[in-house]
Amino acid sequence: MSQALNTYTLRLADDLLILSHRLSEWCGHGPILEEDIALTNRALDHLGEARNLLTYAGQAIGKSEDELAYGRMERWYTNVKLVEQPNGDYAHTIVRSFLFDAYHLPLAEGLTRSTDAQLAAIAAKAVKEATYHLRHSSEWLVRFGDGTAESHQRAHAALADLWTFTGELFETDAVGDAMVKAGVAPEMAAIKAAWNNTVDTVLAQATLERPVDGFMATGGRKGLHTEHLGFILADMQHVTRAYPGASW
Amino acid sequence: MSTGPHTRDRIITILESVKDPEIPVISVRELGVLRDVGLAADGKVAVTITPTYTGCPAMDVMAADIKQALREAGITKVEVKQVLSPAWTTDWITEEGRNKLKAYGIAPPPHTADIRALKGCAPVVECPRCGSGNTAMLSAFGSTACKALWKCNDCLEPFDQFKCL
Ligand SMILES: [Zn+2]
Repeated sequence: MSQALNTYTLRLADDLLILSHRLSEWCGHGPILEEDIALTNRALDHLGEARNLLTYAGQAIGKSEDELAYGRMERWYTNVKLVEQPNGDYAHTIVRSFLFDAYHLPLAEGLTRSTDAQLAAIAAKAVKEATYHLRHSSEWLVRFGDGTAESHQRAHAALADLWTFTGELFETDAVGDAMVKAGVAPEMAAIKAAWNNTVDTVLAQATLERPVDGFMATGGRKGLHTEHLGFILADMQHVTRAYPGASW
Repeated sequence: MSTGPHTRDRIITILESVKDPEIPVISVRELGVLRDVGLAADGKVAVTITPTYTGCPAMDVMAADIKQALREAGITKVEVKQVLSPAWTTDWITEEGRNKLKAYGIAPPPHTADIRALKGCAPVVECPRCGSGNTAMLSAFGSTACKALWKCNDCLEPFDQFKCL
């Protein structure tokens, strides 16, 4: 496995692992039972995909999935900042997932045709689940946007808050370019086009206005994060740090 | 086919006792999770399984149960391998498996689980209790990763549906 492929695989894994952790924070706190179950199911799907990717990336560098998840500090995590943002109210959680799902589905579809057989196999499973995820977040976004004045306002506020984190999803750099060239990763422009299409369609249905592109946050892929990631990792890693190598 | 003391058929028969830990009426074979049984010349048994859902926490339990079932039958040299490709689909659930799901109160998944069915499908899901087709989905996410939550408008019972994948 090349260095670029390793970096690329870890990026895919980190987005999913951190989003999974955020969604799992809703366990036992969902607004209704069905949603509590839905979010924990989604967290489990994301975690499953992240585990496969971490295992794959780890094989090349002699590390287990656990060592990668529990042993890396903030600066070694390369997820986009969008997924580490706090849950906020339910509209925030749904909008964050919607913006990610609209990216994750075309990405997974593209990766099913990857020249890397293992990434293609992982994506082939993920694409079916991602279809359910996008449907779930889209339905709720429409319900909020086209619901009451309050739900509309909350969805609007969440979109305005989170929009600044969407630019990072489509960033390209030497690693991404090398992966596209090698046929490992799909073209980012195609994913962006699919994302735009989904976002515009669902926002129109939800009677929500698409925010205007302004300042876009960056740095996550280089390990520069918002202050929130440190707290997530503290929560996720404290047991393995307190009892290194423990098993039960 | 058999080169060791055990035959492939016998191993598959033994593995019939290994059920999905979350749906204990359906075996790993009926679920389509059991993909292959290999016998090496030295008598080592290689069992290949594939996960239903990516994050299915039952996979580790199934692998452990497979090893235990074979150990109890005196087969100790066992390796359980997980493969992702080709990706599992609900179409691999056998006909008897589907009937067992239904008898257990879980509506079996609709057939033709391809991506089109996933995206657009609004299939008629029959209530596993009264057989009525007058049903509605409550949530695409149910008690486990593989199930959705439905209700019957006729007998008014809620029920699980094995999701189309
Ligand atoms: Zn009924």
